[in-house]
Amino acid sequence: MNDTLPVLPVVAVRELQMMRGGRTVIRRVSFDVLPGEICALMGVSGAGKSTVLRAIAALEPIGAGTVQVRDVELRAGSLPPESQLRALRGKVGMVFQAHSLFEHLSVLENVTLAPIHTLGWTAARANEVAAELLASLGVGARAAAYPRQLSGGEAQRVAVARALALDPLLLLMDEPTSALDPARRTSLGETLRALARQRRGLLVATHDVDFARAHADRVLVLADGELVEQGSADAVLSRPAHPGTRALLQGEGSASDAST
Amino acid sequence: MNLARAAGVLLVVAASSAVSAQTARPPLRWGGDAEGGAPFVEADPANPAGVRGFDVEIAGMIARGLGREPRFVQVAWASIEASVERGDFELGMSGVEDRPELRARHAVTIPYFEFREVLAVRPADKARFRRVEDLAGHRVAALGGTTAYQILLDAQKNIGVIPISYDDDVHPYSDLVAGRVDAVLLDNIIAERSLKRSGGFVIQPLPTATGHYVAVLAHANGALRDSVDGILRDRMRDGSLEKTFRAWGVWTPDQAQYFQRALADAPKASAPAAPASGTALVYLPALLRAALVTLTLSCLAMALAVIAGIAIAAGRVYGPPILRVLLTAYVEVMRGTPVLLQLFVIYYGLSGVIRLPAFAAAVLGLGLNYAAYESEIYRAALEAIPRSQLEAARTLGLSEMQILRLVRGPQALRLALAPMTNDFVALLKDSSLVSVITVVELTKETAIYATNVGSWVVPGMLCALLYLAFSLPLSRAARRLERRWSTA
Repeated sequence: MNDTLPVLPVVAVRELQMMRGGRTVIRRVSFDVLPGEICALMGVSGAGKSTVLRAIAALEPIGAGTVQVRDVELRAGSLPPESQLRALRGKVGMVFQAHSLFEHLSVLENVTLAPIHTLGWTAARANEVAAELLASLGVGARAAAYPRQLSGGEAQRVAVARALALDPLLLLMDEPTSALDPARRTSLGETLRALARQRRGLLVATHDVDFARAHADRVLVLADGELVEQGSADAVLSRPAHPGTRALLQGEGSASDAST
Repeated sequence: MNLARAAGVLLVVAASSAVSAQTARPPLRWGGDAEGGAPFVEADPANPAGVRGFDVEIAGMIARGLGREPRFVQVAWASIEASVERGDFELGMSGVEDRPELRARHAVTIPYFEFREVLAVRPADKARFRRVEDLAGHRVAALGGTTAYQILLDAQKNIGVIPISYDDDVHPYSDLVAGRVDAVLLDNIIAERSLKRSGGFVIQPLPTATGHYVAVLAHANGALRDSVDGILRDRMRDGSLEKTFRAWGVWTPDQAQYFQRALADAPKASAPAAPASGTALVYLPALLRAALVTLTLSCLAMALAVIAGIAIAAGRVYGPPILRVLLTAYVEVMRGTPVLLQLFVIYYGLSGVIRLPAFAAAVLGLGLNYAAYESEIYRAALEAIPRSQLEAARTLGLSEMQILRLVRGPQALRLALAPMTNDFVALLKDSSLVSVITVVELTKETAIYATNVGSWVVPGMLCALLYLAFSLPLSRAARRLERRWSTA
């Protein structure tokens, strides 16, 4: 990377609008995530955080606006053809709130599935890379286990490893702290920082204010489907300008881990 | 005084019951199979509730000779002997053949008709297939459990004829004309009736063997049998039997000779009890062979059902609306109609379009029927896989086809395992239905065996043990697999 050139965002969201059942749930949301940046997408439950993630991951067709991930652009209307989706999905990884590990596959197989079947790697190469990834995330010893045998923290790290196996530019995470104790939150924050150092962009949907304050570079606040505030974590969370942000801060501690 | 009065009442009661017993003797219940048709017993076209035929008339003569009213009881031909022994009726007659085993187990009347076993062949084969001996390596049809079938079984051992057993006497001839079998060995009466009805074959003039029709009674009913014998002889003497047979077009000079012989014989004691070909061991090889047929048939049909079921389920979950409608219709039709009917349609109904061998038709019929059930299991299992699993796979860049193959399918299979095992066990048992299209499998072989030994106890137990020998290990293996998957 040449520092004199403007940094290209890993995702550029412009005027995004999402509909659900005839109702507009996301209204004219625009933001960028830059490489090496941890972005917290915040808001109370029902604010539309998950919907934004799902739009970027192309799990739902978008209502209006664009989502651009480097040379792949999602536009309003139905989802793009499979070839274009494949290009997008090589660049965007997602870790679901419930992890959604494949129950019938071992930890190692969960991680190697995509490299073998979408990148055409040999099993040997995929196994080697997966073992490294799992080890770097501290779950190398669990490679032979099955998802139901894992603890919540372990399952999350395996889900991260699975998403990272395709070496994405952008990692989306939905409420990653909801099932973690404070020690594990810190360790997750360290993991995210390590990923950011690899020049990946991270977009983390969360209502966990402490986590955002401790680990996010930037905070985006959603309220009722609109982006009401954005800026450095310190600025936004210490001097909230919008009632939506204040509601988020007030709900701190008592907020449920439910998300839309 | 009181005592005398009481005695008087008793006397009156006793007398009146004696009178009523005399005036209203119970009707003579006799069993036959109207499906066997003319000239034996057929539904009366003039009065569909009644029956007619020479057996009907002879039953009438016997009943009148006993001073009773005849009353017809419909029974499947193959069950006449078992039913008469159970007491469903007193007299069974509907082209029942005289055989040593029959006499060993039941009370049997003197024969009232002599027939010939004749060989029917296609016109082109008239010169080459003149006798059973000419048919080494060829398929020859007969009605199962008859003397003719026994002749074919002997010929199988001696010269390698391939006997094909039928449950009815119409399809052997249509299959002969269609080329599924090369000859049919049956009574001249049945052969001539089929020739008149449909034709397309010739009857070889050389008789293979002679046989006799008799009426059969329960073993303990020897006294009634003796009265019936007396009545039959009287009707031979007075010409009523001849009149009946002439009316039904089955009277031949042979018959007159036979009557003379029968009347000349002293009322002979029933034939020496044939050794009721005893031990189970004799039949075990045949049962095991039939069990192998059942197992092979079930495995092939299940394989077809699974493959077709997966295709149908995938089509119903992923296909365009029109395909979904068509597949739903297929499932409803196959589930909603009897598999027996489907077997008939595939084997006989389609024989004008495609002439399937019986075994192939059986595999196809059972397989296509079970495919409907399997597809419902798979569809439900596919739909039970959480959406989040599919979305996780999508974000990894897997195509929908890959998701089905690598994620959704394998998870659905685990859910489907228990109901699939259930269906396989059901299929194993339903495979007994294919005897209607001439495949001799375990249940059919057991029925043949039971008819020969005159009891269902030992054959039934052996048969049940063989079915269980297949289904129990299967259920165990399935449970073990399920346990392994659930701990995984």
